[in-house]
Amino acid sequence: MSGFLNQGRPPVFCPGCAHEVVVRGLDQALQGLAVSADEVVIVSDIGCSGLFDTFFDTHAFHGLHGRALTYATGIKMARPEMRVIVIMGDGGLGIGGAHVLSACRRNLELTLLVQNNFNYGMTGGQCSATTPADGRTASGFLAELEAPLDICRVAVAAGASYVDRLSATARDLAERLATAIRYPGFSLVDIWGLCPGRYTRRNGLTLAQLDEGIDLLAAPSGPVASSEREEYGRHYRRLAATLPSPGEPLAVDPCCTASTRERRDILLLGSAGQYVNTAGEVLCLAGMSGGLQVTQKNDYPITVLRGHSIAEVVFSGEPVEYTGMGQPAAVVCLAKEGVARRGRSIAGLPEESVVIRDSRVAIPETRARVVEVDFAALGVRNQNLATAALAVLAGEGVLLTRPMLEAGIGVRYAGKMRDEALGVVQRVLAR
Amino acid sequence: MTRSFLEGNEAIARGAMAAGCRFFAGYPITPATSIYQQMLHLLPPSGGVCMQGEDEIASIGFCLGASMAGMKAMTATSGPGISLYSEQISFAIAGEIPLVIIDVQRLGPSTGSATKGADGDIAFLRWGNSGGLPVIVLAPVDVADCYQLTVTAFNLAERYRCPVFVASNKEIGLTRESVDLAALAVPPVEERLLAEPAGSDAEGPAARPRPFAPLPGGLVPPFIPIARGHLSRQTSSSHGEDGYITTDPALLGQVARRLADKLDGAVDSFTFFGSDWAEEDDILLLTYGVTARAARTAQRLLRAAGQRVSLLVLKTLYPVPEACILRHLLGKREVVVVEMNLGQYVHEIKRLAGTLGVRLVGQMNGELIAPQTIVEGVKG
Ligand code: SF4
Repeated sequence: MSGFLNQGRPPVFCPGCAHEVVVRGLDQALQGLAVSADEVVIVSDIGCSGLFDTFFDTHAFHGLHGRALTYATGIKMARPEMRVIVIMGDGGLGIGGAHVLSACRRNLELTLLVQNNFNYGMTGGQCSATTPADGRTASGFLAELEAPLDICRVAVAAGASYVDRLSATARDLAERLATAIRYPGFSLVDIWGLCPGRYTRRNGLTLAQLDEGIDLLAAPSGPVASSEREEYGRHYRRLAATLPSPGEPLAVDPCCTASTRERRDILLLGSAGQYVNTAGEVLCLAGMSGGLQVTQKNDYPITVLRGHSIAEVVFSGEPVEYTGMGQPAAVVCLAKEGVARRGRSIAGLPEESVVIRDSRVAIPETRARVVEVDFAALGVRNQNLATAALAVLAGEGVLLTRPMLEAGIGVRYAGKMRDEALGVVQRVLAR
Repeated sequence: MTRSFLEGNEAIARGAMAAGCRFFAGYPITPATSIYQQMLHLLPPSGGVCMQGEDEIASIGFCLGASMAGMKAMTATSGPGISLYSEQISFAIAGEIPLVIIDVQRLGPSTGSATKGADGDIAFLRWGNSGGLPVIVLAPVDVADCYQLTVTAFNLAERYRCPVFVASNKEIGLTRESVDLAALAVPPVEERLLAEPAGSDAEGPAARPRPFAPLPGGLVPPFIPIARGHLSRQTSSSHGEDGYITTDPALLGQVARRLADKLDGAVDSFTFFGSDWAEEDDILLLTYGVTARAARTAQRLLRAAGQRVSLLVLKTLYPVPEACILRHLLGKREVVVVEMNLGQYVHEIKRLAGTLGVRLVGQMNGELIAPQTIVEGVKG
């Protein structure tokens, strides 16, 4: 077998560079896997190891620093039949740390080969996330200040299901790479090697010292039993297959005649727990039942269970243009939180506007007609207040009719919820 | 007439499905999150892939990988996420990777106000890539546009092999509206042009695929996906037609020129706009995005008051549709540009307007620009 190396582009690393050894080891590993070149994707990162993809005649993807795992993830999810091998230096490990942790947690079938040579070779030998504290680098004393990362320990802690560490010159390199690639889940291999160009000589580092270092840092070699689990892609497809088909967005056929086709702005002011936004939706569906065009905007704080809840609705016989509130034709006041936010717009209302006010809620002085309702006396519970207020509006006959409201409720709710809402409308209009 | 009731973000998700989107990845961010939620609802049951990245950089990275594997891909975020996307956007331009990016803009600068609207990212979308090469930016006005322009965005991404932005706004994305979906003029769905399979490796380097070689007379290279049957190459580094790094200045210059020309030279074929225009009018109101809705009201009010005002609403923002804009400047004394920022697109108009007066009505306070504000702005 001719192998997977690109005959037209032999490796061009510095003499003695570990990367070249790994290129050949990976080629051998692939040969042992009985795969064809078009089933293999090599995703490379930035730095000297970023040249890896050019030396192979396989699919090749070379992207931005630290992000190789992100591309690999998309490729593998789109084409599960591909063997996706990610090559990253210790630089990529540092800058792309979040992606490494997530790949460990995710367990998508990718193989990450870390070309770990303890420094940034390509940019001149600065310290990296794996530089030992006594390592001499172009980063001067800064290298001494940070503790080196043991990526195998980190990977195990993050839930990686396959972790291995070895020296680039290990006799069984090809075999162990093949085993990692064959593993049906995420596998990470930390490959320690020499960087004669920038690090080895400066630090007098020898192969024997590398091997010693590896022995000192005991790491799992192979599957991590406690983390072995279903592979992400298969898991995704298994669960996705059980999901129901999504429905269409809410749709309404006009079934009744609207009270007016002029533009009308309606402001609902309440607080969390009063289903104000849902009432806004019912109001819109009611408008649409009357053949109107509608828009709705909601306003509530990030603390969804506390504070104001406001809905702004526009009705119009023509397409709605400006979606902001002009002069509201109606303002519904259900809670002090909402009124506090928009009190000013109540104060400025003209005579022809109407305000529906729960008698427990104080509002600013206004020229608008105020309809005060003792919802508590009517036995309307807090979560039905907004529906009840819409019923009052329908009863006033200025913005919507009772058939429109009931049609809107019919589109929004089904079963018991619908009966309850219709019951509230009935009770309010019979008051 | 049956009308649906949905927000702009849902319309974008549904438009994406109609366009054949098979891959979505995103990271939660207000006010774009509901696009992700909708895609999660729509994609997996239909055999597509929806993922939540560990951050925005990962999310768009997933999309780039999936797109190279042949899937139509989309991601969605807001300003702070676009900032993080930046390096990957540059990659999508350089590597000619089709991708739709939705920006549901919120008030900046920085993390700004998550629930307030703005059109403050417009220039950032255009210029926020290293190298400064052109991108396509489309701007919806309403929920119907969200659907249609998302389909269009996919078509353009596939046709030109490039990232395409939909510059939405919190004020469209989270606003629900009645829409007659059946009546929408949805363009036919386009697929990316695939390269003919090249010869096998045994035939030697000459037979190797050339992933960045346009067809004779063309500017867009046919696409070679990561798939069985041939070998693909992708690289963010400066490359020649074979996808290998090059330092040849002639080649580098050619590629940069082609990347610019394939969009700048084609914008007439994807210039989308709405207008209510008459040559006799002496003022042109020019706007885009949600502000167009208030501008229509303002135009009516101004005309009713006897002013001669035309309106141009741009839905293709970049590349700047110069021919369209110049046509609308005809006979005008003044242009009033209205935008939800302190002046971004107005610079493009100043550049084109020559000796014509150009004024800005800009507002950046999280509120919609009201029709009355535009009326007063025009009256000066
Ligand atoms: S600088 Fe170091 S890593 Fe880079 S090629 Fe030379 S020896 Fe290898």
